[in-house]
Amino acid sequence: MKKIALANMNALYEAIAKDMNLYVPIDNKASVNYAEWKQGDTPVFDKMTVRSAKDAFFPQCENMSTFSRDDDNRIIIDKIKLTEKDFVVMGIRACDVKAVAVLDKVFLSEPVDTFYKARRDHSILVSLSCSRPEETCFCSTFGIDPAEPKGDVAMYIVGDYAYFNACTDKGEKFLNGVSGLLENANDTDVDAAKAATREIMTKLPLHDVTTDGWGAGVLEEMFNRPEWEELSSSCIGCGTCTYVCPTCQCYDIRDYNGSNGVTRYRCWDSCMKSDFTMMAHGNNRTTQLQRFRQRFMHKLVYSPTNNDGEFSCVGCGRCVAKCPVSMNIVKVIKTMGGKK
Amino acid sequence: MQGLEKKIKDRAIELLESGKVDGIIGWEKGQFIYDPTPAVFTKETGLDNFCYNNFCGANLSKYLVGKITSDKKYAVLLKPCDTYSMNQLITEHRVNRDNIYIIGVGCEGHLDVEKIKRNGISGITGVSVDGENVNVGTIYGESTIAKSDVLLGKCEVCRGNAHKISDELIGEELQTPEASDRFEMVNKLEAMTAEERFAFWKGELSRCIRCNACRNACPACTCRVCVFDNGRSGIDSKANASEFEEQMFHIIRAFHVSARCTDCGECSRVCPENIPLHLLNRKYVKDINEFYGEYQAGEEADQRNPLVNFGDKDIDPTVISDKEGN
Repeated sequence: MKKIALANMNALYEAIAKDMNLYVPIDNKASVNYAEWKQGDTPVFDKMTVRSAKDAFFPQCENMSTFSRDDDNRIIIDKIKLTEKDFVVMGIRACDVKAVAVLDKVFLSEPVDTFYKARRDHSILVSLSCSRPEETCFCSTFGIDPAEPKGDVAMYIVGDYAYFNACTDKGEKFLNGVSGLLENANDTDVDAAKAATREIMTKLPLHDVTTDGWGAGVLEEMFNRPEWEELSSSCIGCGTCTYVCPTCQCYDIRDYNGSNGVTRYRCWDSCMKSDFTMMAHGNNRTTQLQRFRQRFMHKLVYSPTNNDGEFSCVGCGRCVAKCPVSMNIVKVIKTMGGKK
Repeated sequence: MQGLEKKIKDRAIELLESGKVDGIIGWEKGQFIYDPTPAVFTKETGLDNFCYNNFCGANLSKYLVGKITSDKKYAVLLKPCDTYSMNQLITEHRVNRDNIYIIGVGCEGHLDVEKIKRNGISGITGVSVDGENVNVGTIYGESTIAKSDVLLGKCEVCRGNAHKISDELIGEELQTPEASDRFEMVNKLEAMTAEERFAFWKGELSRCIRCNACRNACPACTCRVCVFDNGRSGIDSKANASEFEEQMFHIIRAFHVSARCTDCGECSRVCPENIPLHLLNRKYVKDINEFYGEYQAGEEADQRNPLVNFGDKDIDPTVISDKEGN
């Protein structure tokens, strides 16, 4: 384990940003979000970001190719260059690290998503051990230990120091690159802080949320539950929950027809929206009940059914905090879970 | 507030039991104190989970739009400011007044949990209002903040405790918060140069994630299919493909609801990125007041708004060029 005095963190940011892009949580006075670190920025590590770290690998909107005509009127297809520069995302909580694993499973299995893969290949995840979980947190429901995050390097902020532990070879190499700024430390230096976080977790209001009743193979019994009607009646059909979610991965591909040719881009889509998966024959989910059910069935039933029991919710609590009408996955889990 | 909650609950049970209404649109308890969910209560569901506390800021009037073809009768709980929206919906024939029973509920201003959290408070386990102060209990300790600092944006400019439409009132004697000048920020924006103003909106709107929460919560946005969701419109979009687009969505929306927007503040309340969207609408409210005389959308049902009520004293459209884009 290595450490650096918090007072010297700026030197660390500078050293990283010299060769790589560095993304950290920044408070823009209205909300906290990941942004590229610039000289003078002070990252905010004690607040949850509104948007998750998935933006770094799967941005809300990205161009995929452009189409234009040459002088002979032939169509020219230009592919968009893939990410080539290494970048560091610092301050990712354990829940979001797990979320990246969920996304990896989707985008890195065949057929591999080349845009996503390029970003993942060039990324270094510096995770952050939670010290002040919020009331909306329920990562422990999904077996995540917020005190011991994974990623390439795990970071712990304790007292006046930030501690670092490499978790992968990539992480080891990264720490070696900035070793001049780091001092040696003992693994045990952060033990008390980890224990304190785990203790807090047991006191959180959502600590007793369980996935009982949900999981692989319960499609038939959950799909037709009458509770969907009441739960979905509050939903206003916006995409907030899906866009702040670190594991929501649906996107649409569209062509932008501009005066200088066509740009093909993809952008996040949301199963909560009325035009989601719109096809020539129309939409296969025509009511908000169906759309609402899709989201939670995906997270809590389809995903574990297809991925060895792995849920695609990580309990980060963003949708709990941000839903305009406070209708969220915790209410869904609790309303139908555990009772058959 | 607890006394009022009980009064409302008792009356709601009475209405359901007597068969006067088939459902009550109100607020249901959440996981915490600050997250009540709009919900429909019926004889079957009962009212055990009903709540009316300091976090019932949501405007329930829009939930009636989806019930317009229903043959059931619903009672809806509306705070004074929500009743403007109800009048506007009635004016636009977007709800079926005959099947709605409006219960005006008293209000002493609702709180914004985002503002509480912005004060560095997390791990919230309880919130109670004690006169001018708000006491917040958290797993990390207790905090006290001034109520005026954590009121919802819409409550800072409260238009008073008068319900503009109702079939009965409960707790109407509650005192609503004292209002500040609602055009203060609009005045500031108007005083800026065009470049400064552009920079202001670019900074705010660049955070937009196009979740459409503002549109979907807006009681004035009642199109069956929004032009931005309609594949045949040619301008449908699911994301901000450019800086231009993120401005276009919001400005078009603000124009579309101008003179119909009651300034209920739902757009800014629901924005996950805390963008002050209401300022766009409020600018149009102010312009309309200046151009056509004081006008409040939803003041009463069936009034004609100045933009559709042509008169010989209407302002000359050249005012736009005279103002040089300001």
